[in-house]
Amino acid sequence: MTASEWVRSTSLYRSVIRHGVGETNRNRSLIIFENLFLHVHPVKVREKTLRFTHTFWLGGITMASMIVLIATGILLMFYYHPSVPQAYRDMKELQYVVDNGIFLRNLHRWAAHLMVISAGLHMLRVFYHRAYRPPRQFNWVIGVLLLIFTLLLSYTGYLLPWDQLAFWGVSVGTNMARQAPLVGDTIRFFLLGGNIVSENALLRFYVLHCVMLPVVLILLVSVHIWRVRKDGGVQGPLESDGASS
Amino acid sequence: MPDHEDVLETDEGVSRRDFFTQAGVGACAIAAAGSALVTLDFLKPKVLFEPPTSFIAGTPLDFADGVVRFNKEKKAYVIGTSNGVYALSAVCTHLGCIARYKSDERLIACPCHGSRFDLEGNVTHGPAPRPLPWLDVTEDATGNLVVDTGIVIPRGKVFKV
Repeated sequence: MTASEWVRSTSLYRSVIRHGVGETNRNRSLIIFENLFLHVHPVKVREKTLRFTHTFWLGGITMASMIVLIATGILLMFYYHPSVPQAYRDMKELQYVVDNGIFLRNLHRWAAHLMVISAGLHMLRVFYHRAYRPPRQFNWVIGVLLLIFTLLLSYTGYLLPWDQLAFWGVSVGTNMARQAPLVGDTIRFFLLGGNIVSENALLRFYVLHCVMLPVVLILLVSVHIWRVRKDGGVQGPLESDGASS
Repeated sequence: MPDHEDVLETDEGVSRRDFFTQAGVGACAIAAAGSALVTLDFLKPKVLFEPPTSFIAGTPLDFADGVVRFNKEKKAYVIGTSNGVYALSAVCTHLGCIARYKSDERLIACPCHGSRFDLEGNVTHGPAPRPLPWLDVTEDATGNLVVDTGIVIPRGKVFKV
């Protein structure tokens, strides 16, 4: 009996993972749908859909950046106070004092840029492969919502360093919100928690950025990936494309 | 065997079970709507610790014809004319940058996107969509001019001194 066979024979292991190793098709299927995190994926996929040129892995890159953002974001939260002027000092402390602070902050920043860019490219890829068509039309709608929430996360994170760029970026952005007919001023007041970009605004953007928007994003991403499975897997380039053109 | 539905059915055609189901769903809907309203109200700050919007601009004697003074903290221009004093917001109506007074050209220009305003706040060059708002000017008990950036008054209403 090898060590791995012994581990698999223990009652502890059997209580967590009930299926055997992936030597049979049945077990390979069980590995996917007996796992909470994997079961949103299809049990079987066609090999060609995994090729890079099929989807350019753009959704996967977006998802990977999201995971990087959550991991680095949670670590940054350990050093960040959403208050004036402490927020700016904490940002500088992360850059110049905290070990690896500048690495984590830059990783968070670049992953944020990558997530917005790859989400946009993913949308273009889906569009040009006509993957928004039935039966995937609802998943396109989920995708549009995901893009909006990605941009909202990007925007709310912009204020948190509390430097000049952040302050004026949010001044300009909330003045745009003010231009909405009838409710513009109310939207701005609720967003900022007041009439000016101040501590209230920083705290509100912080809560939105670190709690509310990520929770919604994770829920929508779960639905999005699960729907890929339900709608018959990813839609790559159409078969006839090569032949007809 | 009697029909179960007939036993429960009332004259109006609504069974007791349906009535209670609808009453329950209705009560939950009202409670949910109430919670939403209370939450929305919760999110609206009742007391704001924002700096006051009004400031003392000086005495009427400070504002002879042609004098333009800028209050950096409150982002407002106070301008003297031959028949009185008026105040202009310095916040560009395009996207909220602070527009700067150019004394040599006698105009107010925004550094962000190039909007230009004359000294009455009218747009002379885009992209600003609206003129600079006129602000409330009053005189306090000691004879000082008080400008309130939180109160916008009709254009052309000069404070007579």
